[in-house]
Amino acid sequence: MRIELEKRPQASKLYGFVSPLLALALTLIAGAIMFAILGKNPVEALDAFFLEPLLEVWSLHELAVKAAPLIMIGVGLAVCYRSNNWNIGAEGQFTIGAITGSILPIVFTEWHSPAVLPLMLVMGAIGGALFAAIPALLKAHFNTNEILTSLMLVYIAQLFLDWLIRGAWRNPQGFNFPESVPFPPEATLPAIWEESGRAHWAFVFAIVAALLVWFMLKYTLRGFEIVVLGQSERAGRFAGFSSKKMIWFSFLFSGALAGLAGISEVSGSIGHLQPAISPGYGFTAIIVAFLGRLNPLGIIASGLVLALTYLGGEAAQLSLGVSDKVTRVFQGLLLFFVLSCDTLIYYKIRIVWLRVRGGVA
Amino acid sequence: MSLSDVPGSGALLSVQQLTKLFGSFAACNHIDLDIAHGEIHALLGENGAGKSTLVKMLFGVLEPTEGHILWEGQPVSIGSPGDARKLGIGMVFQHFSLFEALTVAENIALSLDDSIPIGRIAEEARALSRAYGLPLDPHAHVADLSVGERQRIEIVRALLQNPKLIILDEPTSVLTPQEADKLFETLFKLKAEGKSVLYISHRLEEVQRICDRATVLRNGSVTGACDPRQETPASLARMMVGSDVATVTHPDRGNKGDVQLSVSNLSVSARTPFAMPLKDVSLTVRSGEILAIAGVAGNGQGELFDALSGEYPVSSPDAITIRKKAVGTQGITARRLLGAGFVPEERHGHAAVSAMKLSDNLVLARSQSDRRAFLGGSFLKVIRRGAVKTATKRIADAMDVRKSGEDPAAGSLSGGNLQKFIVGRELDRQPAVLVVNQPTWGVDAGAASRIRQALVDLARNGSAVVVISQDLDEIFEVATEIAVISEGRLSQPFPAGELSREKIGLLMGGLHEGKTASETANAH
Amino acid sequence: MSIFEAILLTVITASTPLVIAALGELVAERSGVLNLGVEGMMIMGAVAAFASAQISGSPYIGLLGGIVAGALFSLLFGFLTLTLVANQVATGLALTILGLGVSGMLGEGYVGVPGVRLAPIVIPYLSDIPLIGSVLFRQDLTFYLSLALLFGVSWFLFRSRTGLKLRAIGDSHGSAHALGIRVIRTRYLAVMFGGACAGLAGAQLSLVYTPQWVENMSSGRGWITLALVVFASWRPWRVFAGGYLFGAVTILQLHAQAFGVGIPAQFLSMLPYAATIVVLVIISHNRRTTLINTPASLGKPFVPER
Repeated sequence: MRIELEKRPQASKLYGFVSPLLALALTLIAGAIMFAILGKNPVEALDAFFLEPLLEVWSLHELAVKAAPLIMIGVGLAVCYRSNNWNIGAEGQFTIGAITGSILPIVFTEWHSPAVLPLMLVMGAIGGALFAAIPALLKAHFNTNEILTSLMLVYIAQLFLDWLIRGAWRNPQGFNFPESVPFPPEATLPAIWEESGRAHWAFVFAIVAALLVWFMLKYTLRGFEIVVLGQSERAGRFAGFSSKKMIWFSFLFSGALAGLAGISEVSGSIGHLQPAISPGYGFTAIIVAFLGRLNPLGIIASGLVLALTYLGGEAAQLSLGVSDKVTRVFQGLLLFFVLSCDTLIYYKIRIVWLRVRGGVA
Repeated sequence: MSLSDVPGSGALLSVQQLTKLFGSFAACNHIDLDIAHGEIHALLGENGAGKSTLVKMLFGVLEPTEGHILWEGQPVSIGSPGDARKLGIGMVFQHFSLFEALTVAENIALSLDDSIPIGRIAEEARALSRAYGLPLDPHAHVADLSVGERQRIEIVRALLQNPKLIILDEPTSVLTPQEADKLFETLFKLKAEGKSVLYISHRLEEVQRICDRATVLRNGSVTGACDPRQETPASLARMMVGSDVATVTHPDRGNKGDVQLSVSNLSVSARTPFAMPLKDVSLTVRSGEILAIAGVAGNGQGELFDALSGEYPVSSPDAITIRKKAVGTQGITARRLLGAGFVPEERHGHAAVSAMKLSDNLVLARSQSDRRAFLGGSFLKVIRRGAVKTATKRIADAMDVRKSGEDPAAGSLSGGNLQKFIVGRELDRQPAVLVVNQPTWGVDAGAASRIRQALVDLARNGSAVVVISQDLDEIFEVATEIAVISEGRLSQPFPAGELSREKIGLLMGGLHEGKTASETANAH
Repeated sequence: MSIFEAILLTVITASTPLVIAALGELVAERSGVLNLGVEGMMIMGAVAAFASAQISGSPYIGLLGGIVAGALFSLLFGFLTLTLVANQVATGLALTILGLGVSGMLGEGYVGVPGVRLAPIVIPYLSDIPLIGSVLFRQDLTFYLSLALLFGVSWFLFRSRTGLKLRAIGDSHGSAHALGIRVIRTRYLAVMFGGACAGLAGAQLSLVYTPQWVENMSSGRGWITLALVVFASWRPWRVFAGGYLFGAVTILQLHAQAFGVGIPAQFLSMLPYAATIVVLVIISHNRRTTLINTPASLGKPFVPER
């Protein structure tokens, strides 16, 4: 038996919509099988994982809290990946953004002013962008593979944060916990609807960012430039575009968004700086980007779906006693199935059972 | 088909009703073909007629959908190139299947089925290549060889298997006229040994020179089988194309206007290890002139195009001028804004993006030159889709582009139609200067004729046109001046009427031996 | 045993998994496949090896378990990238995330459990050679396997007909297919070989390096493996040398931390990652040599005409 692919003359619009849904369905099925193997009732488990977190208002807030960084980072990654720049280091840019954004409340503890929060956000974005400038520089001027460099920098960023928090930035009144001073109210990202839950403004930033990037990609020349350079560098050059400049643009842009996500998470969800500020948002955002088909509107939806897997993991752990590693497995399965189903968009699949000979044997 | 014990009688290869479908498209439609022993048989047809598809089935690369193949009277099934080789069929592809990073001997070893040690292969290859007049060094790396030398590897590779039938797919498209003569000598030698040759070509003159019989294909079907020496080029062409193709009306050779494009002493070092450096290239083109640059592939055409288009600016501003302005250091956008247009060689991935719609491909080339029409929203630079689509329709109508739907993906168009659109996209601007690289490569005769006529008309209206081409027929049809590029050097231009094929061939070979352009000119 | 010998021993132990995984990845990349899932395969090998060793009581069964796990996991990668022609970068990431998740789940019961250690094999006579004898010939099986792999891969790639075909596929899969070479089948085998090596390397981590199971214990070694292959210009002997260079950096910074050198531990821990970046920049910045050395069809999708 052989599986053969036949290229479609044009990408299938139908499968463009169907593929992510099909991938979701397959993931659910695989998940059900996995739960069954673990000795849990699959229907109960899926219900606990995917449905229960949607039933209470406070839980929906949590969904928004988790979705915000995923969407923000995912949107930036979409710009990168569309232009064939593979930024895998968003987690590191997130971390550095959290650090630079926290300089004001941690180092300048005496400065109280309404300007603090906006400045923190800007500094966070700049920090993320500068950190992303490193793999950009290495790719543009030293021809170095950006996947590996951006990834190595993630480990470096996390180690740097660890050193800061256990050292110079440790709260002197903190009973020796590896944590910074708690952020004062003017340095905290406020909640949107305070009474019902703790979803904060990062979610709004994320949606706004998604809409702006969607507009850019669909309607403007810059968006056109991104897509063309991603398809063919030679054609982009023919059009007068510069792939070197695009390396800088895409990395700085996605780095800024990741950095903004980082400081938003720290000042909105956590309230202080500590070594563990992300359950792998930077990597999960990659899945968000692909599931959303690198389209910012799709990313809003896929960001919510992947946020659900985080909540589901926590819920399943509480109600079923399943390990919280299940979240990662679900996320990995989802990306796996998304990539499989995406083939249908560009190719027709034929299963050939026997080798058919043309002439008479 | 009955068997006979008398050697030489009965066909060597017989193809009956052979059909290949790709989806609903019939690339080959019930083809019948016979090749006798010791015969050089031509397979004629224009681009897209189905010649390559038929031959791939004979060599086991594609599976036939219907039909039979008989080898020496017996029905056979050829499931892979290995099967074909075992039967005694050898093939030399049009697009070489060579491995750049490996040596000549390793390349040859890969196509042999037996596990003969590489050392033996190296020696046999060296001996055989010399015997057939195509000498090769087995330990050279393919990446260092010229196009003609690479073809020798392909031929020697096929000959080492001692085939009874050798298939050659458009072999002379990459050879100078002199190298082609050498190839024909080799083919006659093979014929004298009783081997057969299936010679695929769209060049009528060659076919009449060397082939005993010919089968003509058009749109996947056989439209005729004949002795090419009994036919005229016109009758063969009619079998190939169906109707009489409009000949291009002869370009004006009268008064010329101002210099629109000039290149002075341009030297460019090789950008990659496999590129050809340009050495001291100079040319001028005036309004109303069509300068054709003749040359076999791999002599610097692409590099020259890159320098002229500005995709890779050069170091000296004055080395290239467009409409009297020094543009050497400037990019393609600046040159377009001065009124220049460019058509690169590669349709897919350079001149156009296959996955994108035609309207997007219009924006690709014209976003800057037509920014007032196509972009809005001031700093946002929103693309005016309406204006773009209108322009796309206008161009498609003007060039008679056949396509499925209003605005399909570029990749869904046939080669000829896409090329018409790409050329039309530039013509739509009435550029003062147009530089085209291989205008009709892989394009069907109807589209080719239309494109060439468009170029001639453009020049007649006062533009300066540069056509870089490997096709001498095309060059003689459109050019007012002809220069030859060889090893990165450009000869002086000659008025088109003063050059013959032989002389061009000499220039292709003669330049790199150090003769100056003026010496070569006096030699004829 | 002198301090020098002791340090050399730890360098060997730290370098062996890198060398093994990199040699496997080298073969895969030479056939044109960019396998970014090495990290996932390595961690799956680590957990499988630990579990099999625990269940069977034998570390050698553990090694086998690691190899098999890596090879099977790599089949997923092969299916996605070779049969379904999915994007190789994204697929590698998918497998890494999946591998980290699945291994985390499977390994939960084994955290803190003392491991079954792979004992050194003492080669008689040779191990009595002063200085190098005690270091080179008193090693566990994985070290000897790494040497065998080095010679085996070199011979295979450059002296065997099949290796020539594999290199040809990596140079131009279109030409290879036109010549009748079975491109997809060879690539599947190359990917599985790479997966098996990555699994073996993971097994070494959980059976020799630290005979324990810790979540995410591969710590980015899979990524460093990828950098190693680039650094070595896709040549086996250079992979070996590079592996030892990285292994040395990795282990020496640990020694420095233990020794109490004035530099903070976190910065020392950054060294292997920073070294990877530096090394990549040095080897890549010359575009000409990069172009000549890289297998030309690396990472490109292949869909044969039929």
